[in-house]
Amino acid sequence: MQSSVTLDDLPLNFQEVKKDLSPKEAVDEANRCLYCYDAPCTKACPTGINIPAFIKKIASENLKGSARVILDANPLGATCARVCPTEELCEGACVLNDISVPVMIGQLQRHATNWAIHHHQPLFKKGNPNGKKVAIIGSGPAGLSGARELARLGYEVTIFEAKEKAGGLNTYGIVPFRLPQEISLWEVEQVKQLGVEILTNTIFGEDIMVNEVMEDYDAVLLAIGMGKVPMLGIPGEELHGVYDAIQLIEEIKDGDITDRFIGKRAAVIGAGNTAIDAATCLKRMGASNVKIVYRRSESEMTAYASEYEFAKQEGVEFRWLTQPTEIIDDGNGNVGKLKCSRTKLGELDHSGRRSVKIIENSDFSMDVDIVVKAIGQTRHKKLIEELGLEHDQGIVKIDPVTHQTSNKKLFAAGDVVFGKGQGDAMVVSAVEQGKKAARAIHRHIQSSL
Amino acid sequence: MADLRIHFAGIQSMNPFWLASAPPTNSGYQVQRAFESGWGGVVWKTLGDPILNVSSRFAAFNYNGQVMAGFNNIELITDRPLEVNLKEIYETKKKFPKHVIVASLMVEPNQEKWHEIVKRVEDVGVDGLELNFGCPHGMAERGMGAASGQVPELVEKQTYWVKEVAQTPVIVKLTPNITDITATAYAAVQGGADAISLINTINSLMGVDLNTWNTIPNVAGKGTHGGYCGPAVKPIALNMVAECARHPDISVPISGIGGISTWKDAAEFMLMGATNIQVCTAVMQHGFSIVEDMIDGMNNYLEEKGLHSVMDLIGQSVPKYTDWGDLDLNYKVVAHINNESCIHCNKCYIACEDASHQCIEMLSDENGENILKVREEDCVGCNLCSIVCPAEGAIDMVEKPSPIPLTWNERQKLIDRFLSNQKMIS
Repeated sequence: MQSSVTLDDLPLNFQEVKKDLSPKEAVDEANRCLYCYDAPCTKACPTGINIPAFIKKIASENLKGSARVILDANPLGATCARVCPTEELCEGACVLNDISVPVMIGQLQRHATNWAIHHHQPLFKKGNPNGKKVAIIGSGPAGLSGARELARLGYEVTIFEAKEKAGGLNTYGIVPFRLPQEISLWEVEQVKQLGVEILTNTIFGEDIMVNEVMEDYDAVLLAIGMGKVPMLGIPGEELHGVYDAIQLIEEIKDGDITDRFIGKRAAVIGAGNTAIDAATCLKRMGASNVKIVYRRSESEMTAYASEYEFAKQEGVEFRWLTQPTEIIDDGNGNVGKLKCSRTKLGELDHSGRRSVKIIENSDFSMDVDIVVKAIGQTRHKKLIEELGLEHDQGIVKIDPVTHQTSNKKLFAAGDVVFGKGQGDAMVVSAVEQGKKAARAIHRHIQSSL
Repeated sequence: MADLRIHFAGIQSMNPFWLASAPPTNSGYQVQRAFESGWGGVVWKTLGDPILNVSSRFAAFNYNGQVMAGFNNIELITDRPLEVNLKEIYETKKKFPKHVIVASLMVEPNQEKWHEIVKRVEDVGVDGLELNFGCPHGMAERGMGAASGQVPELVEKQTYWVKEVAQTPVIVKLTPNITDITATAYAAVQGGADAISLINTINSLMGVDLNTWNTIPNVAGKGTHGGYCGPAVKPIALNMVAECARHPDISVPISGIGGISTWKDAAEFMLMGATNIQVCTAVMQHGFSIVEDMIDGMNNYLEEKGLHSVMDLIGQSVPKYTDWGDLDLNYKVVAHINNESCIHCNKCYIACEDASHQCIEMLSDENGENILKVREEDCVGCNLCSIVCPAEGAIDMVEKPSPIPLTWNERQKLIDRFLSNQKMIS
């Protein structure tokens, strides 16, 4: 990761950072599990994976059974093994925290799901066809999870996906050195093997008409996630060298590792997990200096503790209480400087976070070649309004029990229903929502029979 | 430094830690390395008529990642010529005169054969003899080892033959593959044994390979029972030692063998009546150097207990070992869960619920925190919850005041007396 690196060196930087456990490590670690009754780890898992059961199966060398326990509760168990903030979920709840060190549940889950990836054995069957059809808009975690559950219940499921590949953020939005794209695509494949049809390059409302879908299917699950990073609303955003973090990661994830960042100085605006991902990606693409610029402080940042730690180890610098005010042209239409002001924090605002006040006459600028925007994502407001759904600033309103939107035939799950001020939505939460929405659709259709 | 020297049936040893007759005592080279490491004595791998061994001989029982929780073997007695062993015993004894070498012997149940081998090994200067009446595999099919060790008359007779000519102490090594080990121990004493050693290995089949369906271990696709040893057999061995130790008619010293790996195991065997102990499996796993901690740990333990000599341990717990009928039926302990130390794995709860007396309740305290509570009136004091608990100090078994002690035997006596009184009245 020196700035003297060449393009040939870069792909190495994008291999998975964490190594797989060796078979012996896995069995040794599995044997540390106490096999708790009414286990806190399971209760802490949003998808409710029976963790002691899958770990016991690793210890007894029943890896097929272990993978099945995981993937039964969580169709994206291989991804979640890699991207879940386990220290805040299962591992954080492990009773061994009190007397020893917690069991490496995430790594064990990865070990078991790796078995499934490498052994190509069908673990689940599609249900007997019940003659009902469900359309799912979006093939991200919520959509895939919902599709898998519906297929097992006997539904004919079609997913409409705007992008070229299915998988949503798992395929395009999580840096490859945390989650290789092939893991996400394997999970997509498992859903397809249950008979789910995935129509990619198909934009809902453009390539396929909304009313057509609403008429042809017995229910529709809206799992469209979120959109691009919004505009910063400061001068200079059009300059060459300004990137959208989501698009930047997407390009890298899709294999477009270029040499255009080697030796460059970058500022990443925002301090969520996407900002960390973009910053560490830039480092790994050879950027000589990467600063995360955030208008609040360390304690307000939404990135996971482990991600923050990783970024620091990667050499990413942090500029807290700093508000960008202008991106300055180097004279040739490229980014030259980022002009900023110092901020201070005030009272809690409506989102439950402390408000930001700019300190007068505190302007300064930093020399940068690249500016990456990572200040959250826009909502697909236009489509939501076209569908006539009730929403709150693009967040679709649903009944928490039935998962129905204001249109009773249309259900929603994932980031599209995830509210503000709740930090980043986790993949594992989206998976659970997809599962629950699928069951809600099933109940709805059954009750109308 | 506490005094670790022992006197065992007339043999003086610098410490109670001996190597059992087994692969680690196969040659002079090994025994000399053992002495250099600190072992006080060895029982040389069994001498007798040369045999042939098979290839693939050992197998282990691994439990939850613990390698060699148990171990078995189908190796026979020494496969080296008697002259070679005798020469090496002589040389080793010359080099290590203060260390103990006992020769383990196994021949057919024939007076002349026993006389001959006893004389030959005593000629090279051994400190004692151990008669191998215990090996359960191979040799037993030829009427030796466990086959003769399972018949009290043969044990007595062969011991007697040996004692007819032996100049050094005679230890009889007993097989556990018998209903009541005190029967053969008693026979050995009747035959004139100066000491007994126990246990030899237990009949075992280590496993079946789930891919090939072969036995483990296998010899060209076939297997045979082996002799089981290692940590897993310790409780079996300890009981057998204790049963012999508390038997009024078995008044000879005992050499304790069976799963001993640490100074703690050794101390337990000595408290239960062993004068010294013998080790094999732990050395097969870790090498001779484990004796260093056995010596160090035992010394520290004795000092901490204020004991001058390791001999002070011998038999101290034997009076505490008795028949079930002499246990106090009125004694009562109940489980007490300390929620401050509890880590909420709920292992005690499910163990009690599914496997014991359903007397642990999962409750919430005033702050809504999960707590576990024992319903004392239903607790039978079985210990299961405290055994499965992984958190130290989370479950105590607490003594409850009980009325006057009453054992089953006392109770039956009282009932008998009551009934006979009634008979007299009527």
